[in-house]
Amino acid sequence: MATGSYTFVIVAQGDTPVYGAEFLAAAKKDGQDTSHLNQLIIHAALDMVDDAVWTSNNMYLKTVDKFNELLISAYVTPGHARMMVLHDVRNEDGIRSFLHDVHELYVKVLLNPFHSAGAPIRSDTFDARVRALAKKYLT
Amino acid sequence: MAGLRTRKLNIVDRALGKGRQEVVSQSAFAHLFSEFVQYSQARSITASELERRLEDAGVGIGVRILELASLRDGKTRRETRMLGILQYVHTTIWKALFGKSADALEKVVENEDEFMISEQEPLVNQYISVPAHLPNLNCAAFAAGIIRGALESAGFPAAVQAHTVAADAGGSRTVFLIKFAPEVLARERSLASA
Repeated sequence: MATGSYTFVIVAQGDTPVYGAEFLAAAKKDGQDTSHLNQLIIHAALDMVDDAVWTSNNMYLKTVDKFNELLISAYVTPGHARMMVLHDVRNEDGIRSFLHDVHELYVKVLLNPFHSAGAPIRSDTFDARVRALAKKYLT
Repeated sequence: MAGLRTRKLNIVDRALGKGRQEVVSQSAFAHLFSEFVQYSQARSITASELERRLEDAGVGIGVRILELASLRDGKTRRETRMLGILQYVHTTIWKALFGKSADALEKVVENEDEFMISEQEPLVNQYISVPAHLPNLNCAAFAAGIIRGALESAGFPAAVQAHTVAADAGGSRTVFLIKFAPEVLARERSLASA
């Protein structure tokens, strides 16, 4: 199993980030804090996603952008919520399964009539489930 | 109450109902919908304002049903083309909401950005009677809102209106007129030439 660092962000339609999480490899934890840089790279990659989203009808768009040794994979739901993963190791199948399962969780949160599509997801349970999935697929 | 608390389930732990069709009784829906129409009517002055309120209520459902229906089908693809998404609304979404696909999907001949989904007897209108002084009112504006919500969140912004159209054989049917935004047409052309 590859060990790497992952930054995960869900961006709703209208470019509002609704959820974000970082899953860092143990070795990286005491190193430099690059989370602000990671945010920037992910948001820069949104343009690449917007290009790719109409030329492919797959929800999983695989790797859409690169920045030095960092890769950005994306997944777009039918309702155009963009799920972006920034990663430093190749793990295509793991990321695919992770995003697919997070998609299901995301739809469940969306089905809450008191939650609107562009609102930040503050549910602790959602966060815990996403972290559990990350542990399962992204280690 | 203690018994209830132990059974409380977080929304992320609940099943999405894949594979089976969960059905709400039509009388329950009709009751709720008629209350909603009366509530909106009491707060609207004109018929078009009432229709706008109904439409706005439908949009949120459209956004959700689009995501839910494709997840229930286990699809891994999105619709990227205009005809594809129309077909999807006409068949899959209509089935998920009303148990059947809509009666017809047609293109408006004169305008390339307009399409019609028509329904003989929309389920939402089954127990709604239109007052004589508002002949143009159609409470299927609610369903029009659902269509608009689904199309918009799929990246196909469009205006959707519900019209009552007299049928040749007497009676009437409801036509949902869908007019896509210019950018959808422009994208469609560039995808077709690619």
